[in-house]
Amino acid sequence: MEPVAVRARALPARRKSANAVFQGLCYAATALGLTALCLILGSLLYNGVGGLSLRVFTEITPGPGSQGGLLNAIVGSLIMTVLGVAVGTPIGILAGTFMAEYGRYKRITPVVRFINDILLSAPSIIIGLFVYELVVVPMGGFSALAGGAALAIIVIPVVIRTTEDMLLLVPNQLREAAASIGAPRSVIIRSVCYKAAQAGIVTGVLLAVARVSGETAPLLFTALGNLNFSLRLTSPMASLPLTINQFASSAYPEWQSLAWTGALIITAAVLLLSIVARVLVSKRSSR
Amino acid sequence: MVNIPMSAVSIGGRDLAVRRFAASDAFFRLLTRSAAYFVLTLLGGFLLTLVFGAWLALSTFGISFFTSQSWNPNPDILKFGALAPIYGTVVTSAVAMTLALPVGLGIAVFLTELCPLRLRRVIGTAIELLAGVPSIIYGMWGLFVLAPVLQNLENNYLAPAVSEIPILSTVFAGPSYGQGILTAGIILAIMVLPFIAAVSRDVFQTVPPVLKEAAFGLGATTREVVTRVVLPYSRVGVIGGAMLALGRALGETMAVTFVIGNDPKVRASLLAPGTTISSSIANEFAEAKEAMHSSALVALGLILFVITLIVLAAARLLLLRMNKQAGA
Repeated sequence: MEPVAVRARALPARRKSANAVFQGLCYAATALGLTALCLILGSLLYNGVGGLSLRVFTEITPGPGSQGGLLNAIVGSLIMTVLGVAVGTPIGILAGTFMAEYGRYKRITPVVRFINDILLSAPSIIIGLFVYELVVVPMGGFSALAGGAALAIIVIPVVIRTTEDMLLLVPNQLREAAASIGAPRSVIIRSVCYKAAQAGIVTGVLLAVARVSGETAPLLFTALGNLNFSLRLTSPMASLPLTINQFASSAYPEWQSLAWTGALIITAAVLLLSIVARVLVSKRSSR
Repeated sequence: MVNIPMSAVSIGGRDLAVRRFAASDAFFRLLTRSAAYFVLTLLGGFLLTLVFGAWLALSTFGISFFTSQSWNPNPDILKFGALAPIYGTVVTSAVAMTLALPVGLGIAVFLTELCPLRLRRVIGTAIELLAGVPSIIYGMWGLFVLAPVLQNLENNYLAPAVSEIPILSTVFAGPSYGQGILTAGIILAIMVLPFIAAVSRDVFQTVPPVLKEAAFGLGATTREVVTRVVLPYSRVGVIGGAMLALGRALGETMAVTFVIGNDPKVRASLLAPGTTISSSIANEFAEAKEAMHSSALVALGLILFVITLIVLAAARLLLLRMNKQAGA
């Protein structure tokens, strides 16, 4: 019986130490991940805060070696984001509505959902190529419209996903109650389901805005960027990420410092949007 | 509140109202249905335009487009081969997944098994938020902060340390310029890390607590519960999540473009500069004057799209299977 007793005593010790090592590694992984992410946000603050001043929001991007701000980039970002969201949101909501309401049990719906999930994570630079061939080439040049179109294509899958998810959460009793007083299907959807799913759909749109406002790759050869102030939708337009891209890879210290400041602004905006979206969701679920 | 227009009832009577409702209903239904079909055409449209744009390069170079690594946009030469960008894309993504997967799984285990409940939501939310930070921020940070540090480490410690070891001396051959395949892989790893951690955490949470409690009740340690109960149960989902992350890494543009070094050559050393499909397109497409040059870049895009399509489709199918299993 001796060896068994020895094993019984030895095994727990080995299992214990193996467990300790395993747990230690998990703690280390978390520490490593959080450190990396803190380092990134830290250096963003460290390098970006110094350049924050009123001038950043009131002056346009400077030529190499002189002072200036990011006004044209910020305005361009806003315009193209609004364009993209204004075009993408209705299409996304309508498609999501079809999947959750009219087509809930149709065979096409899982297919659309599958394709949509793939579009959701498709490389954004491919979307840039697509819009280049479809909009930029026929129009004969880079334009803010093309940039907005590229962003709209990114918005659509995000909005579809949340709209469908949120409409599926609406209790069927609400639909039945509306139907019982004689409301037709389209009225039920618009006046009952949309109202019930409102907070969730708004969250989806906010998340789409957050996603789109940091996108660079699809704008590289659609909106192209512009060092001057321009509001014309048919000519190249600046955007914050495009300007950051151009300035960060330049050799001029003034441009690099503006790139850090721009990076700080865009990150803060994106994080703020995601936090607002989250608060909306948690408010809704706690109600 | 249901808005039934009273005028319809009073003027034309019941029949007219019903007909009007039927018409508007059909119209709305058509509208939503066309929006849904639009999504399908979008994917087909991507493929068609890419094939159309890539046709010139693909028909000129044929199979050699995939096997040649000469990339020469000089108007007198115009020879293009995609080997170097494909190689760079695959290797940077492989490096990224090798680094990010164990760390991401570690974070997920920490969040589901080890973390005090109060911290769980805070750290979980922080990680989810960071998954939304724009990729250009990672690229910039890589260029200005990480690359100089890595250059120093690689030249002074890593390359000398492995210079006598057969295979490693080739893989980590210096000199390092800070920008290269390894730096791009590390930046990609940091980028997909929050994503892997968040997805794996969600997948781990689908494991029924009863299973874990039973194992703990038998005296299993945390490590044994994770490796023998949680991971086997959630394997399909973890693989699906990892492949989603891989899909992102393959197509990521801005984070890579800043730190890859942009040199279209296949080199054995991870410290050497290289290029990826997406960074080649990002760097050259707006300036490509020759039709053949832009067509070659679109062909690169087509290759990237097909690769990511396969990876993402496989990922989604695995996750669907996982959901079915969890629902059953």
